[in-house]
Amino acid sequence: MYRTAAGDEIFVIDGHTHFWDGSPANQKNIHGKQFIDCFYAYHANLSPPSEKWEKEKFEKYDAKTMFDDLFVSGYDDMAILQPTYLTDFYKNGFNTTERNAAMKKSHPDRFILNGAFDPRDGSKGLEDLHALAEKYKLQGVKLYTAEWRGESKGYKLSDKDSYKYIEAAQKLGIKNIHVHKGPTIIPLNRDAFDVADIDDVATSFQDLNFIVEHCGLPRLDDFCWIATQETNVYAGIAVALPFIHSRPGYFAHVMSELLFWLGPDKILYGSDYGIWTPKWLIDKFMAFEIPEDLTKETGSVLTLENKTKILGLNAARLYGIDVEAQKKKIRAGGGYAHLSQPVPA
Amino acid sequence: MSGRIISSLPGDHRQAEHWQVDTRQADVWASLRRVMDPELDESVVDLNFVTRAEVDGSNHVHIEFRLPTYWCAANFSFLMADDMRRAVGTLDWVTGVSVVLGEHMYADTINAGLARGLSFQETFGGEADGDLEELRRTFLVKAFQRRQVALLNHLTGTGHSPQTLTALTLFELRGLPVDDEGGRLRQRYLERRDVVAAARDEMPAFVDAAGLPLSAERFTAYVSGLRRVCVNAEFNGALCRGLLSVRFDLETPFVPKARASA
Repeated sequence: MYRTAAGDEIFVIDGHTHFWDGSPANQKNIHGKQFIDCFYAYHANLSPPSEKWEKEKFEKYDAKTMFDDLFVSGYDDMAILQPTYLTDFYKNGFNTTERNAAMKKSHPDRFILNGAFDPRDGSKGLEDLHALAEKYKLQGVKLYTAEWRGESKGYKLSDKDSYKYIEAAQKLGIKNIHVHKGPTIIPLNRDAFDVADIDDVATSFQDLNFIVEHCGLPRLDDFCWIATQETNVYAGIAVALPFIHSRPGYFAHVMSELLFWLGPDKILYGSDYGIWTPKWLIDKFMAFEIPEDLTKETGSVLTLENKTKILGLNAARLYGIDVEAQKKKIRAGGGYAHLSQPVPA
Repeated sequence: MSGRIISSLPGDHRQAEHWQVDTRQADVWASLRRVMDPELDESVVDLNFVTRAEVDGSNHVHIEFRLPTYWCAANFSFLMADDMRRAVGTLDWVTGVSVVLGEHMYADTINAGLARGLSFQETFGGEADGDLEELRRTFLVKAFQRRQVALLNHLTGTGHSPQTLTALTLFELRGLPVDDEGGRLRQRYLERRDVVAAARDEMPAFVDAAGLPLSAERFTAYVSGLRRVCVNAEFNGALCRGLLSVRFDLETPFVPKARASA
C-alpha cells in the first residue's frame, strides 16, 4: 500500500516477481553461472548504489527477505509470481511454479501464482499444463518464446503447436498470457524479440489478455504499433521502470510513448524482484512527471489516476481482484500493521 | 596507444620498423572504428567491445572482442565479427584477419565458423534459417532513420524550414553551410543515405525508408513518427553500455551496502 502525502491509498499489484535459486549449489553448468551473473549485472547497473545487494544474497534469497522487501519495506499489496524454469541450467530449475507455490501457500492473500508452458513439449507438455492448472488454479502463464531447447532456438506464438497450447490454456481457465519480449535471453535464428506473433494470437484469441513483458524492448517501436491495434494487448514495464533512476529522460520517453499508443488502462507495473525492489522503484515512480516538452508532443501525462491504474488497478482487473475486499483481507491478517507504526528515523 | 616509445629505440632501422607497425595498427583501429553494432548504430570501438587488435610480423591481424552479456544474440555477434573481418581485410597490406569472440554462450561455435571463413548459415547449420542479409538490412534502415532524424532536428533547430529542406538535392545538402555539429550529423547521414535509394547528386537529399521524397506538408508528422525508433535505440545503447561496464568492471568497483555505510 502506498499512501500519498494527501492520504490517498494506492493499492499495488506487482506484476512481475520471482523467487529464484541461482546459487552455485544449484547451478548445473557454466550457463547457470552466466545467467545469474547477467541478472546481477542488470541489478548492479540500474539500481541506485544504496540499493545494491551483495552477490551472495542476490543468488539466493529466502522467503522472509522476499516478503519483507515486497510487502513491509516495499509498497506491494500483492505480487504475481512468474516462473522461469531453465532446467537446462539449474539442477532444480531456477524459479519453477513448484518453488513459487511455497510462497503462495504461506501467504495466500498476497500472491498470485502463475504457471508456464512450452509448446515444444508435445502431448506430455499438454498433460503437464493440465495438471499444473488444476493443482494451482492458474489464471496466468509466463512464456519465453526465445528460450533455446535442444536443437530448437525458440518458437513463435503463431506456430501450430503454440495454438494447441493456447487453446488448451483457455479451456483450463487461464486468461492472462505473459510473454517475455525483452532484452536477450539466447535468441538466434528466430528473431525472438519480434513482437509480430503477438499480433497474430491477440487477434485469434480475443478473450485472452496478452501482457508483453518489458514492453517489447528492445523493440519498443514495433511493439507500440501492434499494441495499439489490438484491444487485448498490454505492456508490462519491468526492466523499463528502473531506468527512472539512471536515465529518467529515457524512462520519460518510454512512458510517454506507451501512454500515447496504449493508454493508461493497458500498462502494468512490475518490479522484476529480486532484480529490483519495489520500495525505491515506487518512491521514484510516484514522484515522477513526464517533462513538459514531451507532454506537449504526445499529450501523455502521468496523473495520479494514471499511476493508480498502472500500479494496481489494471492488474486487478485482469486477475479479477476486488481491491476493497482484498484490502480488508490483508488488513485482517495484520498486513498493514507496519503502516500505523511511526516511521523509523 | 603504442609508438610513443620510438625515441628510446636504438638505430634508425628499428625506428622505421616500429613506426610502420604503429601506423599499421592505427589503420586497423581506424577500420574497426567504422564497424557498427548493427542494433545500436554505434562503433564497436567506441562501445568498448574490441579488446585487442594486433598486427604480427607477417601482417596478419588478430582481433579479439567481447559483448555486454554472455547471451547477446548470436546472429548480431556473428554479424559484427564478420564486419570487422571485412573492414580490416580491405587494408591492402593485410595478409589475413582472425577475429575471436570471448565469453559468449556460442563463442566456440562462432569462433570455429569465423576461423574457417564460414557464413552464419554454414556455422550454425540447421539451427539457423536464413542468412543475415535481411537482418543486416533491417538495421541499416533503422540506422538511416535515426541519422536522418538527428540531422533534420539539427537543421530545423538552426533555422532551416521544412520547405527548404525537402527541396534540397544531395548536391545542395553537401554544400549547405552548417556548423561543426551539423557537419558531423550530415556526414553520418550521408553514409547511410544509399541504404534506401540511389544517392546521385541530383536526387532529393531527404527521402523516407521507401525511398520516396519527403514533402513539406507531412514533414512534422514524419519526423515525430521516427521518434520511437530513436527512443528505442537510445534505451538499448544505455542498457548495453551499462551491462558491459558492470560485467567487465569498467567503472569504480562496487562497494557493498554494508561496508559503504560502515
